[in-house]
Amino acid sequence: MKRRTLGLASAGLALPIAAPALAQGGPIEISFWHGLPQPLGGLLEGIANQFNESQRRFRIVSSFRGSYPETMVAAIAGFRASSAPHIVQMFEVGTGTMMSAGRAVKPLHELLAETGVTINFDDYLPAVKGYYSLSDGRMMSMPFNSSTAIMFYNKDAFRRAGLNPDQAPATWADIRAAATRLKATGHEMPFTTAWPTWCQVEQVSAIHNTPLATLDNGFGGLSAELAINNPLMLRHLNTLVEMAGENTFRWGGRDGAGDALFANGSAAMIHASSGARARFVRELPGGVANMGVAMLPYYNDVAGAPLNSIIGGASFWAMNRGPNATRSADENRGIAEFFAFLAQARVAAAWHTETGFLPVTKTAFEQVRTSGFYTQNPGADIPIQQLLRGGGQMTGNTRGIRLGGFVEIRVIMQEEMERALQGGQTPQQALTNTVTRGNVVLRNFERSNRT
Amino acid sequence: MRRDPMAYLWLTLGVLIFAFPIYMTLIGSTHDASTIGRGDVPLLPGPLGAENYANAWNGTGGGRIQGQPAGLMLANSLIMALCIAAGKIAISLLSAFAVVYFRFPGRMLTFWLIFVTLMLPVEVRIIPTFQVMVDLSLTNSMAGLIVPLMASATATLLFRQFFLTIPREYVEAAKVDGAGPLRFFRDVVLPLSITNIAALFVILFIYGWNQYLWPLLIINDRSLETILVGLTKMIGNGDAQNEWNIIMATAVMAMLPPVAVVVLMQRWFIKGLTETEK
Amino acid sequence: MSRPAPASHLFRGTALPWLLLLPQLVITGLFFFWPAGQAVWQSLLREDAFGLRSEFVGLENFADVLADPTWLASFGRTLLFSGSVAGLALVAALFLAVQADRNIRGASAFKTLLIWPYAVAPAVAAVLWLFMFHPHIGIFGRMLNAAGIAWDYKLNGNQAMLLVIVASAWKQVSYNFIFFLAGLQSIPKSVMEAAAIDGASPRYRFWTVVFPLLSPTAFFLLVVNLVYAFFDTFGVIHALTQGGPGKATETLIYRVYTDGVVNLNLGSSAAQSVILMVLVVGLTFVQFRYVERRVHY
Repeated sequence: MKRRTLGLASAGLALPIAAPALAQGGPIEISFWHGLPQPLGGLLEGIANQFNESQRRFRIVSSFRGSYPETMVAAIAGFRASSAPHIVQMFEVGTGTMMSAGRAVKPLHELLAETGVTINFDDYLPAVKGYYSLSDGRMMSMPFNSSTAIMFYNKDAFRRAGLNPDQAPATWADIRAAATRLKATGHEMPFTTAWPTWCQVEQVSAIHNTPLATLDNGFGGLSAELAINNPLMLRHLNTLVEMAGENTFRWGGRDGAGDALFANGSAAMIHASSGARARFVRELPGGVANMGVAMLPYYNDVAGAPLNSIIGGASFWAMNRGPNATRSADENRGIAEFFAFLAQARVAAAWHTETGFLPVTKTAFEQVRTSGFYTQNPGADIPIQQLLRGGGQMTGNTRGIRLGGFVEIRVIMQEEMERALQGGQTPQQALTNTVTRGNVVLRNFERSNRT
Repeated sequence: MRRDPMAYLWLTLGVLIFAFPIYMTLIGSTHDASTIGRGDVPLLPGPLGAENYANAWNGTGGGRIQGQPAGLMLANSLIMALCIAAGKIAISLLSAFAVVYFRFPGRMLTFWLIFVTLMLPVEVRIIPTFQVMVDLSLTNSMAGLIVPLMASATATLLFRQFFLTIPREYVEAAKVDGAGPLRFFRDVVLPLSITNIAALFVILFIYGWNQYLWPLLIINDRSLETILVGLTKMIGNGDAQNEWNIIMATAVMAMLPPVAVVVLMQRWFIKGLTETEK
Repeated sequence: MSRPAPASHLFRGTALPWLLLLPQLVITGLFFFWPAGQAVWQSLLREDAFGLRSEFVGLENFADVLADPTWLASFGRTLLFSGSVAGLALVAALFLAVQADRNIRGASAFKTLLIWPYAVAPAVAAVLWLFMFHPHIGIFGRMLNAAGIAWDYKLNGNQAMLLVIVASAWKQVSYNFIFFLAGLQSIPKSVMEAAAIDGASPRYRFWTVVFPLLSPTAFFLLVVNLVYAFFDTFGVIHALTQGGPGKATETLIYRVYTDGVVNLNLGSSAAQSVILMVLVVGLTFVQFRYVERRVHY
């Protein structure tokens, strides 16, 4: 409760100065734009309401602005018109853009330093903290909804194929063997994936401590270049193409489209977001008892593997009002206090148990564990375990990805993978093309964003 | 009444093809979310209709969805769509009349300037348009939802096409009678245009009704939210599981007023037709 | 100097027409031309997303776009796509309107049922198509696969193109139907009866009497359908294929949206929109010039 007291004490100190503002009537409004559709959006707004009810000085006004890209455009339009929201939720792949946003954003460490609010980021899971901080550890944005990729599998399908339903394949060799077995015993779709670039390129690179791009995956600067044209990715893409040829791997589509294939029982194994758990529990034939959860597989002949996977999801950024308009001290205070509220263990824990996103702090994780949640919901702690693989020490290749224009690069990757799977090009060509085209994007971003 | 078996056949086929997705929506709104998500939507209604519609109306999804009550959103959409349709028709009638019945310098240029607005979609000009809205203090208001959408190029084009088919003798006769352009407009052009106005009203009402991007961008205030924004909020993009049953129930509710407009306009068509025997 | 009297079918006056045009011009000016001008200005810049750093680059964005082979491929694809969508939607709607115009029992019910699809929210319609044609969870998708057709539009580019064409045309058929029907219903009965007395076959009658009278409507719809196919089909493609697989369904408008909203490459997106706008203005101009000659007013 140290945080709380500190906050209250600061409020006490600030009160005389703030009194005129309050005397004008009403709490200070903090606008918050997010990109979470229902029902998650409603839950998020519920948390904002809880904050509003817990104190009288600030009021968070939340509104849904469309998908993550649409929310981003809305925030940009707002900023250019000098009416940006105080807080905007930005997806993880937009981090590169936000980091280069200059005075459009108020870095979190600056915000906290100015307002005297403290948040203990050492309590955060290293993978979460690392993704949203500078190389020297200073935080830029407030992590909130984070997920990672894991493997789900259909236990009934395993049983029917004579595989042990309580033992998930741990290596890629195991996956292939299981898939072949499933195919041989009549299963139509042994393996598929959702979020193909995230699960099959980004995660695979991180888990095997292989760079996706130079300069520590872009953390080191804007002049990074793509490096996926490496032996590991070539090997992996070959694996996928070969499996597709054997009909043991089916391309589930871009982004989250693959989820539907596991949810309706068609696919026996899937790599998907940990957040898909809630949907699978509800829709999978046989329910949660039939759902196996495991960590992502790895190639066990690669030195050092497996390390931690990287996160997905979004974080909250504090924005200045316009190109020539910053926030008042009070407004900054409100933003900081809201962020501190979110960092509380019980808030983070409730968000985790209700939505399937990760508990972003270790304290929250402990709280949930001691409540027996993971005994009642087996496998719900696997994503967190996976983020701590490798001892919780991250390398330049496992901290995350900080590349500008990364949304565009993901599309490029998907296009090239699709062509390879259609038989239109070899995996080597796919990787070469991705690097060539992706580097154009990176150079354009560098050019537009160099200070 | 004629019997025309081929017409029946084609029309039935047409209805099956074109109205099938609507049928699916109706059926989907009576089942539960998991069934639909799995793709198992059967062709017959399920048991959860009343519950789904109640939840959709109250803005709850069995507690998981916390949106606005549908009634409020429907009212907002209704006002918006009615004003947009009426405004567009009124403005376009005047513009088309000017372009067809007068010769003045810059006439065709004006027509093309109006027409060119169809060719730069709103997504491209979102950022500067938002700036204009902020500058005019139109964000977060019903006026802001309506006014920018009131200049329609398609309506102007349609009326132009139609006015060009009005026989020249009518104008000459009106002139002989000593009627000025405005009298002519009111007494001759308007009555002749009834069926086109009715058709356009359907189209423009639905156009205004189905606006999603624009209200999303400029409305902050929950009490001004439209039903389409509420609906699209629920669909998302794959990160979360969708409550398909509530989505479909809301979609059905969102479809009812436009359908009602269609049915009403059908009556107008026929009425207009029998009254103006040309 | 007195102005010559206008032709007998026109009115005189210069102040009045401008006054009548004023509402449309004001709204268009404020909410279209002013922002559009700024958007076009952006096509001459290279900036970061937030507009904090911008560099004037003249026509460089345009040059880059036109030199990009994937853009040219997109252009060809868009022509195919738009032509197919407009053609399909117009033909189907005309056919159905003619059938529905016949004085048969239940005509009114058929008409209402065929207009309904236009009322479906675009976002919902797109999702419904997904539900119908998904290879593994869609009713028709599964049927096709069960019947031995390897239906998988997520990997088969031609199937993907077919799907987005049909889904986009579907949406337009109701729109066209309404106007064709209005057009048909405003043809005076006397004209129809006179033609029937001549004893010519229904098909002959249609093409020589009815269609010419319908041609102003048909021209309007042709123009509108092409514009729709070029500019308003983004939503369907986004929901079904996102331009894939491997760019097989990437049309010019899809690129504009992706570059602008998703990639935040505002300069390139603006340049592409300007080029697209010029193309469609040209196309429309050609229509007004050459096709309108054949319209019977």
